[in-house]
Amino acid sequence: MGFQKVFGRPRALKDAPFHYCPGCGHSIIHRLIAEVIDEMGLQEKAIGVPPAGCAVLAYYYFDIDMGEAPHGRGAALATGLKRVLPDRLVFTYQGDGDIAAIGTAETIHAANRGERITVIFVNNGVYGMTGGQMAPTTVLGQETTTSPGGRERIRDGFPLNLSEMLALTKGSAYIERTAVNNPKNIMKTKKAIEKAFRVQIEGLGFSLVEVLSPCPTNLKLRPVEAWRWVEENMMDVFPLGVIKDVQRD
Amino acid sequence: MSGNHAIGEAAVRAGCRFYFGYPITPQNEMTEYMARRLNEIEGGVFIQAESELAAINMVIGASMAGARVMTSSSSPGISLKQEGISFLCAMELPAVIVNMTRGGPGLGNIAPAQSDYFQATRGGGHGDYRTIVLAPSSVQELADLTMEAFNLADKYRIPTVILGDGMLGQMMEPVEFPDGEMQKPPPKDWTITGARGRPSRFIRSLLLDPAVEEEHNWKLARKYERIAAKEVRYEAYRLEDAKMVVVSFGTAARIAKGAIKRLREQGLKVGLLRPITLWPFPEIVLKDLAKRIGHFLVYEMNAGQMVEDVRLALEGRAEIFFYGRPGGVVITPLEMSRVITSKYYQKGLG
Amino acid sequence: MLIKTVFSGFGGQGVLMMGYLLAAAGMQEGKNVTYLPSYGAEVRGGTANCTVSISDDEIASPVASEPEYIVVMNKPSLIRFQNQVQSGGIIFLNANLVDMKPVRGDIEVCEVPANDLALKIGTDKAANMIMLGAFIKKTGLVSLETLKVVLKDVFTTKNPQLLELNEKALWEGFTYLEQGRQADASKADIS
Repeated sequence: MGFQKVFGRPRALKDAPFHYCPGCGHSIIHRLIAEVIDEMGLQEKAIGVPPAGCAVLAYYYFDIDMGEAPHGRGAALATGLKRVLPDRLVFTYQGDGDIAAIGTAETIHAANRGERITVIFVNNGVYGMTGGQMAPTTVLGQETTTSPGGRERIRDGFPLNLSEMLALTKGSAYIERTAVNNPKNIMKTKKAIEKAFRVQIEGLGFSLVEVLSPCPTNLKLRPVEAWRWVEENMMDVFPLGVIKDVQRD
Repeated sequence: MSGNHAIGEAAVRAGCRFYFGYPITPQNEMTEYMARRLNEIEGGVFIQAESELAAINMVIGASMAGARVMTSSSSPGISLKQEGISFLCAMELPAVIVNMTRGGPGLGNIAPAQSDYFQATRGGGHGDYRTIVLAPSSVQELADLTMEAFNLADKYRIPTVILGDGMLGQMMEPVEFPDGEMQKPPPKDWTITGARGRPSRFIRSLLLDPAVEEEHNWKLARKYERIAAKEVRYEAYRLEDAKMVVVSFGTAARIAKGAIKRLREQGLKVGLLRPITLWPFPEIVLKDLAKRIGHFLVYEMNAGQMVEDVRLALEGRAEIFFYGRPGGVVITPLEMSRVITSKYYQKGLG
Repeated sequence: MLIKTVFSGFGGQGVLMMGYLLAAAGMQEGKNVTYLPSYGAEVRGGTANCTVSISDDEIASPVASEPEYIVVMNKPSLIRFQNQVQSGGIIFLNANLVDMKPVRGDIEVCEVPANDLALKIGTDKAANMIMLGAFIKKTGLVSLETLKVVLKDVFTTKNPQLLELNEKALWEGFTYLEQGRQADASKADIS
């Protein structure tokens, strides 16, 4: 009796080790996207738009066509791609600073136009690549290099619930918030990504999956502690679940 | 046909089916024309973006996908697009960008001016790059150079800027378009369209390794050298026996030409050099002229920008005068002829 | 020969149309032409103007600082433009809506009761065509025949019902001057 292969690298990922920090959520989310692309047979149709941020090097890992966007402009760039190639699967991969600070306008308007694109929004509550500065999604009290003593509402304002805002736009079709802090949530995240891609393919409108993800390095926590931190500190502010689904509502 | 409409129609005939823009005077007629025209055409896409930033990034996306694509704006809007133009250059993506310049800085005004010469010819955004810059001076030329801009952009994989002003955009003049079929974008082997039947590709501008970034910069520099060697365009008018050369582009060159015609009738030996490509700049032509002509008068509708390129080209070989009218002031050919005449006699040329 | 004309009046009086038709007729007759509408913030206030240049030679600037002719359809336009017209030039006045006279003595004034004449043929909306008819009669810049061809081109696509009315108005304005009231178009040749 021979060996049977039960686990391997998805075809949509290249044979390259991730550079992400130990315990970072990006590696998991990359893998989930690649698995969904494999399972839906979309490797030849998918075009990804990586952001400025830790995931800027995503094109070293995904074995699909990719085009890098300037910081925050993913949704606008993806709009251009999708309008030229309406039958391809176009998705952006964006961090919280990218999408909810510098790219807010592009994102809201792409959603409001009902662009048939999918956004994978990785929310880890800090600017990771630049060294842990305050993000638009940094929670109150959270210490970062630019919110010394913790985010304070009078000085720094509140964390921004972008996904809920996007759900208000008439053009958005499917928005769900998930997390990759435990196996159950990881599986839910995969399902959400698959659903978001389906919504795009069926032409229903704009779709987005916000994934709460730990950044152990900038939280200055061990990986397991960072997973727990996400659960204890972020999920109150950013509750998990389907925020909008035009097929269900 | 108005200049703004002529650019739009020329773009469509050049095979441009994608336009992304944001309203700003004095180029709104072009945006409106594209909205109407692309709506009529099979496969045409027009989006009024939420900002100039969004518009230029839609241009990046469409260009990555292989389309002929255009955006247009005016000075403050072009400032917002500069980030994207830098990315286009870094990623070697073709696109056509129209700037119907206004008087500036800041909001300035909507009158015809040439205040964005530096911004256009020095790249304008961050980084070490160039864009091809075409400066038409009539509505016919707006149309011709728009079609040419798409060809140059694709040939060199570089964004190409058309630098006009409100007067050129608003003015109507007769235009003839070349007969024949509408052009189609040429095949491209670098686009991202989904990795079907080929290895996957990526288009990026981030090159973290200094050695790799340096090599990329040199590669771009060599491309700019090729363009500079091959694509210089200019108009020479009555230079054969000239004792003084007026150097002007765009609207200013029209006025200078009118003045020179008048002065020629009075026997003054004056000619015009009108750069049509502002980058690459016709510096060799200027150098050659300086071998036999000692006096150059640069007239611009700004406070002195192209005059620096003239100085660089002449390297002290001839005397250079500058006459500038910034802020959107359009002088008459008569006023210009007075300016030329006074210098001409002051220098004992007549 | 280079002749510049400024057409001016209220927005809605068809001032830009007058200029456009003249430019198109000039082009039809093989001349170099430019047509420059006023643009931007200023037109939103309700005034409109445009400049038409017609020349045998290349046109250097489409802007007219000293036009040969000015067509004035309302009073504010007279105040604004009367000092720009060059010495020896002509101001065409819509006598129905302008109750003042230019103060300059070095120009010719050609008064046309454009609104009254237009009402005579049915609607004062055609006052612009009355004025244009009178303008070409006086200046001889383009022929009536060419203008009619251009008019047909423009209105066949735009609004065919209005073609006949506009043709009539052109003719009415053209013959108004022919009847000798302002007469002698030869004096207008100041090129």
